[in-house]
Amino acid sequence: MPIWIEVAVSLFLLFGSLFALVGAIGLFRLPDFFTRLHGPTKATTLGVGAIVLGSMIFFSSRGDGLSLHELLIMVFLFITAPVSAHMLAKAAMQQRLPRVDRTRGEPWE
Amino acid sequence: MMARLLPHPALSVVLLLLWLLLNNTLNPGHILLGGALGVIIPACMRNFVMPVPKVKQRIGLMRFTVRVLVDIVMANFHVAKLVLGPTRRLSPAFVEIPVSITDDFVLTVLTSVVSLTPGTVSADVSDDRRRILVHTLDAPDPDALVAEIKTRYEAPLLEIFECSTT
Repeated sequence: MPIWIEVAVSLFLLFGSLFALVGAIGLFRLPDFFTRLHGPTKATTLGVGAIVLGSMIFFSSRGDGLSLHELLIMVFLFITAPVSAHMLAKAAMQQRLPRVDRTRGEPWE
Repeated sequence: MMARLLPHPALSVVLLLLWLLLNNTLNPGHILLGGALGVIIPACMRNFVMPVPKVKQRIGLMRFTVRVLVDIVMANFHVAKLVLGPTRRLSPAFVEIPVSITDDFVLTVLTSVVSLTPGTVSADVSDDRRRILVHTLDAPDPDALVAEIKTRYEAPLLEIFECSTT
């Protein structure tokens, strides 16, 4: 395998892992349930996206033809991530979970 | 006959492509099997499939997709900065956004896009489908956020899809 492909794959893997880590840090650091929702729903889309790209480049360069089924991971993630975030937020509002004092606006009942 | 066999031609093509991608192959046997699935599955799900409005502007749709993808990447950097920075300075907010999209499918697209982009998660849709509730991680100016979502995502969606505005 040419060196530049190895470099590209490693860069994508590192980049992806970094964003997955940021998502996890967000889950840990942010103050309340609603803000914590943002960590995993955002930072991980790019994290998984970069790892999937790395995987596509790696398997496509091994000479067995193009490897595209990783794209499906992205498609399903993009369709399902907003839905689960929406349901989580809805459930949290119904449970009247505490939110940080400086949150402006009111959730609906 | 054709309409009865293939009630949703686009869905059938998507299912065939999905099957080929899942198996990572262009083997004729799999093309045949995927084609069969594309006929059988829509026939079984006839009554559950959500009607999708016609796309009026294909180029507009492509431009919108690219814009959303770019926004997602930018959103990730933005959220990463907020998460790693001092969390005490964040000003989270629930923001109500009035929407003029009436079609369920297009409204789903809008809320999904909102959830996927900069520090916003759609939290609820009002029963009359006229307002959506969005939670933002950091919104110093909620009115600007409403204006941005309306002009950046809602307006193009209304233009792309054939749907009545009220």
